[in-house]
Parts: sequence; structure tokens; C-alpha cells
Amino acid sequence: MLEEIGTNDQGDMIINIGPQHPSTHGVLHLVITLNGETVKKVEPHLGYIHRSIEKMCESLNYRQFIYVTSRMDYLSSHINNHACALCVEQGLQLEIPSRAQVIRVLLDELTRIASHQLWWGALAMDLGAFTPFFYAFREREMINEIMEETCGARLTMNYIVPGGLMMDVHPDFQRKVKAFLVQFRSKIHEYDELVTGNVIFQSRTKGVGILSKEDAISYGCTGPTGRGSGVSCDIRKLYPYEIYQQLQFDEVLEQGGDSFARYKVRIGEMIQSMNIIEQLIDNIPEGDFQAKTKAVLKLPKGDFYSRVETARGELGVYIISEGGTTPYRIKFRSPGFSNLSALDHMSRGGKIGDLMATMGTLDLVIPDIDR
Amino acid sequence: MISLESLNRALQHWLQSTLGDPWAYLVMCVLVGLAAITLFAVLGLALVYMERKVAALMQIRMGPNRVGPKGIFQTSADTLKLVMKEGLTPDGADKFLFNFAPFLVMIAAMLVLAPIAFARNFQIWDLNIGVLYVAAVSSIAVIGILMAGWSSNNKYSLLGAMRSAAQIVSYELSAGLAILSIVVLAGSLRISDIIASQADGWWIIKGHVPALIAFVIFLIAVTAETNRAPFDLAEAESELTAGFHTEYSGMKFALFFLAEYINIFIGCAIGATLFFGGWMPFHIGHWEAFNRVMDYIPSSLWFLGKTLFLIFLIMWFRWTFPRLRVDQLLNLEWKYLLPISMINLLFITLMAILGWHL
Amino acid sequence: MTNEALKIKMEGLLPGAAFEEGTAWLTLQTVPEEFKAFATQLRSDPDLLFDYLFCLTAVDWKTHFTVVYHFSSTVYRHTLVVKVKLDKNDPAIDTVSELWRTAEFHEREAYDLMGISFTGHPDMRRLFMTADHVGYPLRKDYEDPVNMIKL
Repeated sequence: MLEEIGTNDQGDMIINIGPQHPSTHGVLHLVITLNGETVKKVEPHLGYIHRSIEKMCESLNYRQFIYVTSRMDYLSSHINNHACALCVEQGLQLEIPSRAQVIRVLLDELTRIASHQLWWGALAMDLGAFTPFFYAFREREMINEIMEETCGARLTMNYIVPGGLMMDVHPDFQRKVKAFLVQFRSKIHEYDELVTGNVIFQSRTKGVGILSKEDAISYGCTGPTGRGSGVSCDIRKLYPYEIYQQLQFDEVLEQGGDSFARYKVRIGEMIQSMNIIEQLIDNIPEGDFQAKTKAVLKLPKGDFYSRVETARGELGVYIISEGGTTPYRIKFRSPGFSNLSALDHMSRGGKIGDLMATMGTLDLVIPDIDR
Repeated sequence: MISLESLNRALQHWLQSTLGDPWAYLVMCVLVGLAAITLFAVLGLALVYMERKVAALMQIRMGPNRVGPKGIFQTSADTLKLVMKEGLTPDGADKFLFNFAPFLVMIAAMLVLAPIAFARNFQIWDLNIGVLYVAAVSSIAVIGILMAGWSSNNKYSLLGAMRSAAQIVSYELSAGLAILSIVVLAGSLRISDIIASQADGWWIIKGHVPALIAFVIFLIAVTAETNRAPFDLAEAESELTAGFHTEYSGMKFALFFLAEYINIFIGCAIGATLFFGGWMPFHIGHWEAFNRVMDYIPSSLWFLGKTLFLIFLIMWFRWTFPRLRVDQLLNLEWKYLLPISMINLLFITLMAILGWHL
Repeated sequence: MTNEALKIKMEGLLPGAAFEEGTAWLTLQTVPEEFKAFATQLRSDPDLLFDYLFCLTAVDWKTHFTVVYHFSSTVYRHTLVVKVKLDKNDPAIDTVSELWRTAEFHEREAYDLMGISFTGHPDMRRLFMTADHVGYPLRKDYEDPVNMIKL
């Protein structure tokens, strides 16, 4: 690829953004073609953190492979585990105790809030404002502490196992979650005051990185990226899993399709996630946290596909089983991968600053893309 | 009472009586030079420390607190680290321009120091076109930045330098017009005259709303000219990694860094001089008793206080706002600030002619 | 459309297609020659409108390859799985990247890791591996003595 770097025959400048760059949030490598400050083409080069998780999973059994998936989208590792567990349970046709279901959903939503908080801080940083990052981390730290107590880890939870949970929640769980809700509800107005209402922020994001509804569907954009373009794609609503059917929450939809719309969707989602947690936190049923399973899990021959809504969009886990203890082939349909494919389309014709705003609101997590 | 003015007088007197005229003058020049360099070093350390503490205050964290009491030696330690670092010159760079650029930026910053009045009758050079000199010399810095960006032979640097050039050239206009409005009111370009004209009240109060508008425009322009957030497009770390100084390391980088803070100090000192009366204490018209009380506070403290307040404002901007986009930056200047400041200048001229100011 | 109605429709569109039994979503198998025309139908037929390709992957069955497409419609919310059987020695199939833009990246991934070549793809290069890499890592017969650790 070296010969691409320099200037092309139209006199456009070709710049490498990444693999080490402050706003690619990881080892993403973009080769962008610039005419002055205007972006003409964005070409992602991937693979810097590709570990071939799909290949690794082929030699791991159905209990082991879940731990590897925490390392895909590390900001919603809990939800990744959840998706894998759901797929295995679907194959085994297991009934999950309701206590485990409720706790899974609670932790999913906490993970979603934590992920969106990190995104919020990082987006502001991409746009040149450092301060919001610290405000986001103030509340995120509380979630991390809850996770640490309950799961024993702050980032890669590995708490969900096929059949339920690895262990019961910490006795302090309910109290701490409630404390977090009180704190976050009282502080979320600061998020709006600091960033949302800011004139510069709005002018940086409104009308920037526009993705139409048709394109969003065609590019397979899901999650807040798709919903910012008006595509109803919340798996929790469309194909409810666990207990989402019984919960009262709204799918946040914006019609703008620009970076600001995606921003508003994520802010709205944090509030919806809080609503979900509030409905559940006092109603955790008593009972087992794990269904009875065999020591060695064997999936019947066939295809199994599970879909969940991570913080970034639709995560699909596709297991092809030959009846053994390990999957014959496993495929993770990661949301970031599809969302990234739309980046070129969205950022053409904008300025370099717009590219950063677009990339920031796509909320890319590189290990999720590279897997 | 000991003041900078009396110290200065005493020193001058002693030198002249012991050395005679030409030698005394030469020694004085050397001393002034040394004092300026010392001031720069102290300012650099103090302002970086202040920036970090202000940032910490805005960002609900502690800031430096390990090296020395309350971390006051943190910046000294950082400087030591930068001095020890190797100053790399990239292979593809234009060696002479690359190494010269940081010094040019620094020299431009140093030159502007000359006409600034630090206290009553305490000024390096009270030349009759003081304000014009400041406006003219401070724009030399852009050449240094362009040089740095071009000679680095790095595309990020080049983009950063181009942005910086466009930005500084544009914002120079508004800054100049804002300065001009006070010159119109004061009737002189000489810094000491401008300060003397504020003996019965600062221009920001005497000049009514137009002076306030001019002040706001001046503050925006200074922020832009010093390449500070929200106008830090030349560095734009999330877009261009570090902009024009991407390839610089060690002491050469430190010079750019230092020049930025010196430029902030000078910009704010000029702002304090023009709009807040420089070292002039807070006086109200003919309230003699009140004015006397105010005079008890040393004039150097007045100057420093006002300047630090303005610096704090600029730091506040930086830690609050996101960065503008390059086209928005130029739109803001050419479509809003420039017309506003032109009309504002007309108002101020009218005010000065009709004597409406206080 | 329910699975049954979808099945009847599919039998009309693609006579001779083999349906898999016991799956949650209607799953059918076809051959690469018929696939492109069939896919165009899926995308544009007003009763089907499969506008959302949510998963595209390839499987190495040692004797042959299959490319698995998961289609869904954002209008009717029905889902269809299409499996296309490819030859072991020369796995090639027409691209669908102009019908579903998301296929552009997914096909590049399948090419990179499984060695399926998608004819007509606008930018058929390796996506994760370097351009000079030999072999396709997700194939069952792939061997890398240095980087692969056998458990």
C-alpha cells in the first residue's frame, strides 16, 4: 500500500489517519484523499487488531468461547457474552431462571449506559472539548464499581454462562445501582448544558455526516447509527429476547440522519436504559441464578442464530454445529463492521473536522470491527 | 514605599553615578534583557501550572499535586524533562528552517514585550506608536508557524500551518479594529498615554456598550491569534495529531509551547492595558477619597491581577468549548466579527467626536 | 409474511430450491448460477422487499463451500436465509454489493478469510490480512505453524 501514499494524479493529497491517531480510538487505519481540507475519499484499512476470534472459537468448547467474545466489543462485553449464551441456550433449548434473566438485562442496560457515557466523552474530545470526558467518567466509575463487585472485572465481565450467570449478584448490588440512578438522574442535565446546547457543538454536528434512511438500511447500519437515520432497528423491540417484551421503554428514533441525530439517540437511550433499570431493580425475583446444565455442552447438529442489541447496534452470533462440543463454524455479525462501511459514503465532501465528528458519532470500537 | 518604579529609579541613578553615561546605558540594556528572559521563564512555568490547575478545576479533578507542595514544581520538572530530551530533526525536513522556526516564534513573542507597561513608569520602551508596534510585531509569529509546518515535510504539519496562517491573518483584522477603537477614544498610540487617559475610569466603563463590544471581539481575536481552543485548529490534536509542531520534540517543542503562553500573556496584557487601564487602579470619576484608597494597592498588582483575570477567561474558554471547523472559523471572522467591529468602530468614532464617553 | 407464505412464494421464484427443515427462519439452498437473478428478485419484489442483508458469511465444508446470506425486510419484518453451494476448487459467486451496500465489506471479509471470490465486486482486495498474505485463515485446511496455537 506504500505506493498509494503521497499525492495522486489529480494533485489530491493522500493522508494516513492512524493506525495511531488520537481520534480513531484504537488501531483503525484510514487512508483519506484530501483536496485542500475537503475529504474526497475515505478508505479503511483493517486488521491491525485482528485476532481471528472466529477461528479461535472453532477450537474452544461452548463454555469457553464466551470468554473470548468479551474482547470483541470491549465496551459492551457483557452484551457480547449475552448474545453467545443466548445462542447456545437456543441450541440446548434451556429454560433460564427468571432471576438470571432479570440480572442479565439489568447488567446489559448498565453496560449500555457505561458505553454511551464513554462515547459521549470521547466524542466531545474528538471535537476538541476535553472537559466532558471527565464528567462522563465520574458516573461511569460508579457503574464500573458495580461491575467489579458483581462480576469481578471492570471491562471484560465474563459473567454470563450458558444457562444463567456464573454466580449470584453482590449483596450491595441493588443499593449501588439505585445510588447510581439517583446520581445520574441528577447529573444528566450537566451533559446537556456542557455539550448538547453548545452552539459550536451544534454547528459541528448538525448536517454533518448525513446518512439517509435507505442508505442506512442498505449499509446495514444498526443501533444508534441506524436509528439516527430513522430506521427502526432496535432488536430489543423487534425481536425481543429475555424479558424485554414485558418492559416499558421507547425506541429512540431521530429522522435527521446527521451526527446530531445520532448524538440525540444515544442521549435518549441512556435515559431509556435508566427507565428499564428502574423497572427491574426492585423486582429481581428470588430463585436460582443458573439452570441445571451438563458439564460438557453439546449442541445438536444445525444452525443457530441469535441477535441482541449492543450499545453499537445489532450483534448476531451464528453458530453452525456438527453436533460436537465445539462449534464447526461461528460467525459474529458485529455492528461496528457494518457501520464502518458507511463511513466513506457519509464523510465524502466534508472537511477533516467533519470526518472526526462522523467517526465519533458512529461510535467505532476497533476490536469489534477487526474481531 | 517600595515600588517597581522607585527600584528602577534607584538602580538607574546608581549605575549612572558609578559608570558614567554610555556604560550605564549598556549595562541597563543587558539587565533588561536578562529580566525579560527571566520573566519569560517564570511566566512559562507559572502559566502552565495555572493552566493545569484551572483545567483540573473545570474537570473535577486535582491537577498536579505530587512534585512540591500543591505540585508547584511539576512544570519545572516537565521543563527539565524537555531539556533532556533529544531534539529530533526528521530526515526529509529542511534542516535550517526546521531548526530556526521555533526561535523565530519565540523572538516574535519576546519583541512584543517591549512597550508593555508593567507598573507605574515601569516600561522597557515607551515608544510613540506602541499599540501599532504590538499589532505589527505579533504577526511575525505566523511566519514562524508557516516555516515550521512547511519545513517539517509532514502533511499534518502542512495542514496545520496553512490553517494557522489563514486564521492569524484573518483575526489580525478584528484585533486591529478593536485596538483602534480604544486608540480613537484615547487619542494616542502611545501606551503610557492610553493608560493615563483612563485615570478617571477604565475605557470598558467609560466607553459604554461599544467599548464592551470591542473588548469581546478583542478577546475572541486574541484567543484565535494565540491558537487556543476553541480556535486551536493549527494544532487540532484530534484531527491533525499536533498540527504544525507534530515533528518537533524536546526543547524545540518547548519553545513553541512557551511562545504560546507568552503570547497569551502579551495578548491579555494588551487587553488589560487598553480596556482595563493597565496598571491604573480602579478609579471612579472624581471620587477623590475612593481613588486614593485604590491607589494604595501597588500598580504592579493591578496590572498583574487584570492580566491574570483575562488569562483565566481564555483558559476557561479552552476547557469549555469544542473546536470550530476551519470554514466556520473563517466565516465567524469574515461574516460576523469583521463587519461588527467596523460598525462598532464607527460608533466609537462618533462617540469620541461628540464627547459622549464619560 | 409468515414462513409458510414465504416458502410458497420462494417455490414460485426458484423452482427446484431445496428447503431445510426445522429452522426458525426459512432456509433454502441454491446454486451460484441462479443466485444473482434470485437475489435481485428478493431485493425488488414488492411482496418481499428484502432490503436488509444482516449477515453474510461463508462456511468451509471441506468438500465444498457455502455462502450464507441472512436477509430481512425492514418493511415486512420477515427473514430468509439463503445458502449457496460453491465448488471447492474455484469458489466464485456474483457479488450482491450493488443491491446491498453492506455486502461490499462483508464480501471482502469472506474473500480475505475464506477465499471466496465475488465476481463483479468493485474492490476485491484483502481486508484484514496484508496484501501479500498466502492462504485463507478460516479454511479448515489452513495451517500456520507460527501464529496458530493448537489446544
